[in-house]
Amino acid sequence: MTSLALENVSVTYSGRRALVDFSDTVKPGEWLCLIGPNGAGKSSLLRAIVGTTPHSGRVLVDGVALASRPQRRRAQLVAYVPQTPMLPPDMSGREYVLLGRNPFVSHFGSEAHHDKAYVNDILARLDLEDLADRKLANLSGGERQRLVVARAIAQEAPVLLLDEPTSALDIGHQQKALELVDKLRREHGLTVVSAMHDLTLAGTYADRLSLIHEGHVVATGTPSEVLRAETLAEFYGVSVNVHTEPDGSIAIIPRRSS
Amino acid sequence: MIGPAGPTWWRVPLALLDKLPLIEIDSGVTNSEWLIVWQVRTPRVLLAALVGATLSASGASYQGVFRNPLVDPYLLGVAAGAGLGATFVFTINRAGTSDWLVDPLPLAAFVGGLLAVFVTYIVGTAFGGDQSSTTLVLAGVAVTSLATALQTFMLQRNTDVVRQVYSWILGRLSTATWDDVRLVLPYAVVSTTALLLHRRLLDVLRVGDEEASALGTNVRRVRLVVVVAATLGTAAAVAVSGLIGFVGIIVPHAVRLICGTSYRAVLPMSILVGAAFLILADIPGRILDNPAETPIGVVTAFLGAPFFLLLLRTRQVAR
Repeated sequence: MTSLALENVSVTYSGRRALVDFSDTVKPGEWLCLIGPNGAGKSSLLRAIVGTTPHSGRVLVDGVALASRPQRRRAQLVAYVPQTPMLPPDMSGREYVLLGRNPFVSHFGSEAHHDKAYVNDILARLDLEDLADRKLANLSGGERQRLVVARAIAQEAPVLLLDEPTSALDIGHQQKALELVDKLRREHGLTVVSAMHDLTLAGTYADRLSLIHEGHVVATGTPSEVLRAETLAEFYGVSVNVHTEPDGSIAIIPRRSS
Repeated sequence: MIGPAGPTWWRVPLALLDKLPLIEIDSGVTNSEWLIVWQVRTPRVLLAALVGATLSASGASYQGVFRNPLVDPYLLGVAAGAGLGATFVFTINRAGTSDWLVDPLPLAAFVGGLLAVFVTYIVGTAFGGDQSSTTLVLAGVAVTSLATALQTFMLQRNTDVVRQVYSWILGRLSTATWDDVRLVLPYAVVSTTALLLHRRLLDVLRVGDEEASALGTNVRRVRLVVVVAATLGTAAAVAVSGLIGFVGIIVPHAVRLICGTSYRAVLPMSILVGAAFLILADIPGRILDNPAETPIGVVTAFLGAPFFLLLLRTRQVAR
């Protein structure tokens, strides 16, 4: 299992500071969930970790700075599921998942037999065999989302980043997608960092929450420590009831003003 | 291998066999007829194949690297730049260059084409940042307009060469010689080989710059190498055959209809189909107005323009 350490990670977009000095250590096998209002800097942090946006500070995987590693090696360590993945409409499900093997294929080479076998194995384990030969354009939102997660799993990376993995899904598919990530996390010992809007779901699945507001971390800890009515009122500007079930799970219920 | 002069068509294969060592066949082809076949028609067919293959491979690669199905080798300013270079040679007294050691026309076209793409690339990436696909295409349009304006200005001041320049611009294979084949061959081989090597990476780029980068691909480097290779091939093709438009868009799209959209199939098939397409497209131009010739650029535009509109329409419907 792999740890992820973030030291003073900052992201600046044309003079505007989107994220300021984010530091945290995600323990091996832990699920850290980033929450916060729109534009707080959650996506910027995920992009900085995967290295697709210019940033300052250091990102260390098992104690080694990612920036010092070649790009292909980085992709073997960190897999990233973007908020709105670009899905080539004519590509088949299998071709799409096979892209996850890219970090293991040499620049001018092509996928080896075991890469294809590995992808077939993932498709079978995630129950996606029916989608393997269908075009992405003909799939539903939930089916596409499962394929995107499958592509990330095909990267065999110990760190998995998810940007709003459930925003396009209905409540049933939201639960299925997060159950899938949780199951894979346990089976593969993945370290997961996700950005999520649904606070109840975030509190249900994450080990730890980090609340970001205007680029700064304003609260971090277990779900019950972070998801407090007064904290949410201060940073989201909402009026909510925080309800704790007997089993310890937390529900966030919006309150009507009149 | 068919035309207004020369031997009966079925004698040609016999004559070719006769040229092989240890084979003696009386093909009935006279020496002058053989010269027509070997010095005029053979290089013409080979040149058509090389130009067609190169333009198609370049077109498919540009479409992949910019994720824009409407891009072709001409959109980035290669054609206009090459046309400008050629016009320049015509205006500085074309006849006076006949005794030069090297014909300056292809070289000027080559330099003009590369220069135009270079400017397009610099401008497009300087202002476009990471999401440079759209900016690059717009920069290409601007560079094309500028080069065309300069060319028109030059022609206005040298009206005596207008006819020559236009016959060059419309594209021709009719004057093909072995020298042309030798000139374009190394560029065609280098360009298409480099593009073929990138066929898997072009598939990776289909998920966008950010995701391709997250999957471990150096997007900027791949894009630069593919653009340079495709431009090298296009500029060489333009230098020997003039502007033969639409090949780079018709062929890859026809290939996609048959064998899917993966570049692993599209690139090699485009090379084969492109070579065959241009050899065939050269035939109507020679027959329609026999014994005069219709420039091949007219033939490909005649086929390509409606095809392009059809493509626009199907994209509209698909949305």
